[in-house]
Amino acid sequence: MGAFILRRLALALPSLLGISVVLFAVLALAPGDPFAELATNSNVPPEVRVHLRASLGLDDPVALRYLHWLVAMLRGDWGFSFISRVDVTTLIWQRVPVTLGLIGASQLLALAIAIPVGTLSAVRPYSWFDRIASTLALAGFSLPTFFTGILLILVFSIKLDWLPFVYRSDVEATGWAAVVEHVREAIMPVAVLGLFQGAGWTRYVRSAVLDVVRLDHVTTARSKGLSERVVITRHVLRNALIPVVTLVALQMPTVFGGAIVTEQIFRIPGIGSLLIDAILRNDTPVIMGVTFVFSMLVILFNLVADLLYGLLDPRIAYR
Amino acid sequence: MTHLLEIRGLKTHFKTDDGWVHAVDGVDLHVDAGETLCVVGESGSGKSVTAMSVLKLLPMPPGRIVAGQVLWEGRDLVPLSQAEMRKLRGREIGMVFQEPMTALNPVYTVGEQIGESLRLHEGLSRAAALDRAAELLALVHISQATRRVHDYPHQFSGGMRQRVMLALALACKPRLLIADEPTTALDVTIQAQILDLLGELKERLGMAVLLITHAMGVVAEVAQRVVVMYAGQVIEEGSVEQLFERPWHPYTQGLIRSIPRIDADASRGTRLASIHGTVPSLLAPPPGCRFAPRCAYARDACTRATPALRDVAAGHRVACILEEAPP
Amino acid sequence: MASSIPASRTDRPVSPWGEAWRRFRRHRMAVSSLGVLAALVAAVVLGPLAWHMPIDALDFSATMQGPSAAHPFGTDDLGQDLLARMLYGGRISLAVGIAAMGMAVLVGVTVGALAGISRGPLDAALMWLTDLFLSLPQLPLLLLLIYLFREPLKAVFGPEGGVFVMIVLVIGCFGWMQVARLVRAQFFSLREKEFVEAARALGATTTRVVWRHILPNALGPVIVAGTINVAAAIIAESTLSFLGLGFPPDIPTWGRLLFDSKDHLDIAAHWALFPGGAIFLTVMAINFVGDGLRDALDPRRVL
Repeated sequence: MGAFILRRLALALPSLLGISVVLFAVLALAPGDPFAELATNSNVPPEVRVHLRASLGLDDPVALRYLHWLVAMLRGDWGFSFISRVDVTTLIWQRVPVTLGLIGASQLLALAIAIPVGTLSAVRPYSWFDRIASTLALAGFSLPTFFTGILLILVFSIKLDWLPFVYRSDVEATGWAAVVEHVREAIMPVAVLGLFQGAGWTRYVRSAVLDVVRLDHVTTARSKGLSERVVITRHVLRNALIPVVTLVALQMPTVFGGAIVTEQIFRIPGIGSLLIDAILRNDTPVIMGVTFVFSMLVILFNLVADLLYGLLDPRIAYR
Repeated sequence: MTHLLEIRGLKTHFKTDDGWVHAVDGVDLHVDAGETLCVVGESGSGKSVTAMSVLKLLPMPPGRIVAGQVLWEGRDLVPLSQAEMRKLRGREIGMVFQEPMTALNPVYTVGEQIGESLRLHEGLSRAAALDRAAELLALVHISQATRRVHDYPHQFSGGMRQRVMLALALACKPRLLIADEPTTALDVTIQAQILDLLGELKERLGMAVLLITHAMGVVAEVAQRVVVMYAGQVIEEGSVEQLFERPWHPYTQGLIRSIPRIDADASRGTRLASIHGTVPSLLAPPPGCRFAPRCAYARDACTRATPALRDVAAGHRVACILEEAPP
Repeated sequence: MASSIPASRTDRPVSPWGEAWRRFRRHRMAVSSLGVLAALVAAVVLGPLAWHMPIDALDFSATMQGPSAAHPFGTDDLGQDLLARMLYGGRISLAVGIAAMGMAVLVGVTVGALAGISRGPLDAALMWLTDLFLSLPQLPLLLLLIYLFREPLKAVFGPEGGVFVMIVLVIGCFGWMQVARLVRAQFFSLREKEFVEAARALGATTTRVVWRHILPNALGPVIVAGTINVAAAIIAESTLSFLGLGFPPDIPTWGRLLFDSKDHLDIAAHWALFPGGAIFLTVMAINFVGDGLRDALDPRRVL
């Protein structure tokens, strides 16, 4: 098992290099030389400018610059924000937990919806439950997150006034009231992101379960006299989860997009809204830092997916 | 005398886009305690569907048992609910399937899968079930059983997986084993080993075997009694000696003649015998005897009414109006 | 065991496309969605010919009004007619969707075919590239590209043209991978089939084999993937416009209308509901049609 983990880590390296090369290439080919900007912008204090020139190797040939840049990025040496006048690192680390929390909660919600609904649909294909669930899933999947967010705000904040629509992380209350308040703040953004993902995954879970349900080993399980419930959970779901887990991790890039939009709608202080702000205010180092963080998160999640896959499917670890 | 398993007039049909397919259209057969009955026929004759109908393992939306009875020790299984069927499956009646490569779940060890029936039907603890699973693996001649009980299916070869399947099906010592083409997907040498093993297990556990196959060689090897099926119906039934010495139905004769003979004189250009024509469509079976279009001895009467199974000797029945077995 | 359900036999000879259409027709939602899409396209293409209200006619006496006879979809904060603006924006959204899909399919088919024909290093390299693109974080990179390349493209193609080209290029860049994989898979499965051998034995060159035998068989999955691509492109363009980073502010794409309206939800809900609803309807219709196509063109799949 240890060897397997090491091998997977080693395979993540080319991805890391690949994505970072793409990122670097985009920045290097861009007009206006964003790299130079980092070191020449007047908002950046002179000592930092000198340090950046050196660490980014701005006077070196391209290949060396790439290596300098990569090392700097990996070390967390992300420069100085033009607008906020603080280290980009500080800015980002403040906000990453919020984004991760939003993504985590919404993915859990999505799975909590998709697995039961998808399985039930697949076990009774073409039943009324299946037809309604599939149609709803497709509709949910066609609703862009920004529209769902707007709709929820319209209904729950404006018409009914049940939920606040601007996220406030500083809540005056303490104890239980604080928890309740935090939950109230979080419900809509988590619901927007979670329902959208859940709709997409329901279709995928349904198709994965349908594929497994037809397999021979399911008939064998039934021939042993196992109850249908046991057959579905132990012999169908357990096998169908393997491709589903892979999908969840591989869909991370899309989830980030959804998170960016959700943070914008509800004004949540995560790295998504940070990115948008930075773009609107031409804050290049922040943009570079956030894009890099997103890329690293993708690689991390792909690695997690690989490891989970190895855990779930005994045929893999033995290769 | 009550047979262990008796099927009377079974009709299992499937709903498809083009209509109802009459996969099994009036089948009678019986198996007695401790005997081996072979059901033989070509692909599409309905033999697998018959076997699956006994335990009601067919997908029931497209499939339906439209008529007939399946009597297990005199008790009709057809009207039983799935919950009641589950008490029989794995405990009284075990089943082995054709494809060993896909019949086992790849994510659980073989010990866990064999142990599943034991824990369900006999209430064993996990540890006790694993021990019994190891014993069963030894019973089916898998070496180093106590170690291999922790292995996954992909670590076994095809022949060994079929042995594991046997161990799994026999874990709770059922009284009838239904084997649906258990050796078709295996090499010839492995086939022989599995058939030997089957015979040995049958002796040790004192069970009956219902073996489905399309290979007459297998029939000759293991059967005590034989049922021949064609286009969803039984067309001949008898002991294995009766069938091979005096096959009555022209189709049975054709089947036996089409076995390649090792002593055939190839230098004289003897051609392999075959039955010309093809199996009829099961969507709208022709009236009368279904073999008539391909039969060399067909008469007008053959197409008018389906011949019923009639006795031509003690224990030998044929669904054919021929008064004498053709030469 | 897989053979325990007997296969049904039909004696009616039907062409493959006829068969596909017949299967498609069985999906009521897909068929009605096709109608909805046709209506939308007709409305957006022909609508401005019937509805002559200009998209930028300011009318401060009629701001933020709900639907009325004069303004069937209401007005925005400058009194501009929303129906006219939506018809115009619809043209752009659809154009972007189709153009991006075209680019994605073109690139995808090329990459997939190249990978499928060659074996060894070229195939491995192309697949590595495909996997790389698949793991890139789409929206952040999209935003980065727009941020960096917006100005120069505007300089070359003009403000609207520049943004159009850029959005089509970047969206197309993120959509070709699925198509490439499908085409490559088709190549691999068909390359060894007998009819290809037969064609070669008759003297067909590789190009001919590819064009006449392999690509037509890959058409089915590619059509389905292309359909999904249009929906994804429309959503991507709307998302960018909604974030304020798409087309220039005076171009009323549906996403832009949502961007403009999101701060006025309490007094002018219609301003958001109409464009949002239009995006939803279009994308949903495309998805239903895509589902129907998937069933129609690949009968072995149980969906």
